Amino acid sequence: MRHVNQGIPKLDAKALITGRPAYTDDLAPANCLVVKVLRSPHAFAKINAIDTAAAEQLPGVACVITHRDVPRHRFTMAGQSFPEPSPYDRLILDRLVRYVGDPVAIVAAETERQADRALKAIKVDYEVLEPVFDPAKALDHPSIIHPEADYHVNHDIGNDPNRNLCASGEFCAGDLAAAFAAADVTVDQTYETRANNQAMMETFRTFCYMDHSERLTIVSATQIPFHVRSITARALGIPKQKIRVIKPRIGAGFGAKQTLVSELFPALVTLKTGKPSKMVFSRKESFTASTSRHAMRIRVRLAADRAGNVLGIHMDTLSNTGAYGEHGPTTVGLSGHKTMPLYNKAKAIKFTYKVAYTNTMSAGAFRGYGATQGTFALESAMNELAEKLNMDPLDLRLKNLVAQGEVMPGYYGEKLNSCTLADCIRRGKEMIGWDANHPCRQISKTKVRAVGAAITMQGSGIPNIDTASVEIRLQDDGFYTLMIGAADMGTGCDTILAQMAAEVLCCDMDRIIVSQVDTDHSPYDTGSYASSTTFVTGTSVIKAGKALIEKMITMAAGTLKADPGDLEFNGTAIFAGSPDGKKAITVEALARKLAVGNGACLSATATHSSPVSPPPFMAGFANIELDLETGKVVVKDYVGIVDCGTPINPNLARVQAEGGIVQGIGMALYEDITYNSAGKMMNSSFMQYKIPSRKDIGDIRVAFESSYEPSGPFGAKSIGEVVINTPAPAIANAIANACGVRLRHLPMTAEDVVMGLHARER
Amino acid sequence: MQLKNFSISCKINGRTYEENIAPDRTLIEFLRGLGFLSVKQGCDTSNCGLCTVWLDGTPVLSCSMLAARANGRAITTIEGVQEEATAFAGFMAAQGADQCGFCSPGLVMNILAMERELDDPTPEDIKHYLAGNLCRCTGYASQMRAIEAYLAAKTAKTAAATTAAPAAPAEGGA
Repeated sequence: MRHVNQGIPKLDAKALITGRPAYTDDLAPANCLVVKVLRSPHAFAKINAIDTAAAEQLPGVACVITHRDVPRHRFTMAGQSFPEPSPYDRLILDRLVRYVGDPVAIVAAETERQADRALKAIKVDYEVLEPVFDPAKALDHPSIIHPEADYHVNHDIGNDPNRNLCASGEFCAGDLAAAFAAADVTVDQTYETRANNQAMMETFRTFCYMDHSERLTIVSATQIPFHVRSITARALGIPKQKIRVIKPRIGAGFGAKQTLVSELFPALVTLKTGKPSKMVFSRKESFTASTSRHAMRIRVRLAADRAGNVLGIHMDTLSNTGAYGEHGPTTVGLSGHKTMPLYNKAKAIKFTYKVAYTNTMSAGAFRGYGATQGTFALESAMNELAEKLNMDPLDLRLKNLVAQGEVMPGYYGEKLNSCTLADCIRRGKEMIGWDANHPCRQISKTKVRAVGAAITMQGSGIPNIDTASVEIRLQDDGFYTLMIGAADMGTGCDTILAQMAAEVLCCDMDRIIVSQVDTDHSPYDTGSYASSTTFVTGTSVIKAGKALIEKMITMAAGTLKADPGDLEFNGTAIFAGSPDGKKAITVEALARKLAVGNGACLSATATHSSPVSPPPFMAGFANIELDLETGKVVVKDYVGIVDCGTPINPNLARVQAEGGIVQGIGMALYEDITYNSAGKMMNSSFMQYKIPSRKDIGDIRVAFESSYEPSGPFGAKSIGEVVINTPAPAIANAIANACGVRLRHLPMTAEDVVMGLHARER
Repeated sequence: MQLKNFSISCKINGRTYEENIAPDRTLIEFLRGLGFLSVKQGCDTSNCGLCTVWLDGTPVLSCSMLAARANGRAITTIEGVQEEATAFAGFMAAQGADQCGFCSPGLVMNILAMERELDDPTPEDIKHYLAGNLCRCTGYASQMRAIEAYLAAKTAKTAAATTAAPAAPAEGGA
């Protein structure tokens, strides 16, 4: 293939690396009002009164908005297809504030300093209520976080706001009791993952203006332009056709921008004042007033026979969705459904879950979306089972692994049509030097090297929901405009979709132009999340490209007076017999001809929605150095072997994997959003919330064991999320192999290792 | 109490600017206000390195410096070193190491400064020099490949130039 499976540079690479203005704040008009938000200092409180008179009088202040002035339509900020599974439990500003950081008032002023002064001048009288932070205690706690009468759910999500229960549910297949009755060996442990911050380098930011036709235009760093349009319409109580959303280049998202965060405040200001406005979140605000990864407590029960056959798996997840239910009912599902199917040989599986409201910041979407949390739990439990069986953990996995051709009851009954996971395990085992290093090698009196491993799966889009339309236009010099609604957030989807278009249209990459997402112009796409873009939007690109070729042939047939069935398309010309023969026309000539008096400028649109979500797979291997005196763990080498089907762009796929692994290492070793006893976030800067720097990371080595997914574009599956899942359990496994300390919570700090060593000595 | 505005004069990318500024104006606000939009801010605690520019040729964090301190000094942003930045961009793009690109201008400014400051840096030297430039997308490995390839290509080019042109007599040097 000329373009697909080639490491083609990103289309925007040169511009972005050399600093060309392309991001939201670079494009905002200079006369924007600066929007700022006053936030609650209390974790749970009722606003008795707000006095804004002094603030409104200050110079430069354009407006001050409180809960009295906002529309009363409850909504969710989760970017999901309508009707959203997340509860409608928010207002733009509410009388009840539910976490430290919840918005209390919106201020717009001519300058940032003026807005800051206005914030200070607002006087709020709070009635402080008793907060609850622990999700287990929150269930049936006397403090009800969502007592509002207009709370609304679109689906049966096992929800009871009077119990602080955001969602609950159960799934089983097979006879679990029988599996446990027949077991020789069992594991029953509880694992805990923490809230993490996505920490993309560009914080949340949006600017808005009213256009020439009195429509609200929202320019925002978002992964979900079309959901921004629909959620904003609902929240503001205006029709969707009154809103236009534009997504420029964005400085990454990792799921954080799959939720509306900064959009509604300037949108409301511009709607009220008629003036352009913008809001740029500070890093602190990004930490304290957005959405984090859902912290989960997951109990795993495993039953196995002596030979190492897994007979039964039960996972029970308690998820903390924080003050609001964004993505709460859906992330939890992945903790079971995108983990247990790995061991599809198990005769019985059971998955039970509860999602609790608490008075911490709302959780939301973060790369991996629950599968990451579930993978830490199940893979840690599998490593514990291997130890109990006195079996190599890789052998245990190979014995129980899901295989191509199997139907997976735990994965929505889907059939697995592409999987090279066993090859991934074997290759990684060789690359990491498993046999020489497992379980550990003492390299000095105080230092141990050890290896550990974990495997994982994810999905490729949300089946029967994610929808992607693509339009390809033939332009008058014979080049093409590829119109997409999927949101490139730095991942390179504009580039890989153009690669697919160039492959189908048999042309050079420079003949494909990819337009920025603009809901007025771009065809509908649910957005870039759930690992959907390559798989779902990519398939639409192929369909649209093929449809356009058909149209070009039909038009050429008229011009050449030929039967369309006799004509061929080779990318540069349409012809019968030979492209140089009499019955031939170049694409360029055809395009020019069609643009003059023919009334037939060509474009083709196609939409795709997949009935299946084929899982990509990965095997991850950590080689760590552990200091027995200090407990410090350094990942010296990490090997990730990925089955993402055909990598459309191996370079970009590799960087996705490397980046995901390092983000996973951060989650495993450092990253932990903590609150004090009053619910105030204690690490709201990069000084306090450590993300990996380049000095923390050893070798990261990625290889591909590519399967071919029959339902994917050119055999591709997804890559973006699966790559973050293995580091936490693989490193936990390596720590246990190094020093016998089994850590069942994240992050695994030096202190935890040392305390574990002391406990073993006692 | 509000302090009065005052004037500063500084060179930015070779051109002199006389500006009236508020005393609490940070250098990044000053630069972006003048249209040097390559300069990005990722934090306000001097941790991320995104806002790196050069002050008299030395990398500084423009979010953590008052614009007033630039009075009488020379500032360089990536807009002022486009040729070198473009040359390096080719190596980044060849690895797919750019990703979201938001941290790129600050990183590039630090890499170009490193090139001037260090001779033949080892991978550890490079990591150490660039430790203050965070990136959340790439996991750093592809950036490292790009930097090493870029430095190797430069060394090869210099070596080729030295071989092609006979070295000037030592005593003729300036």
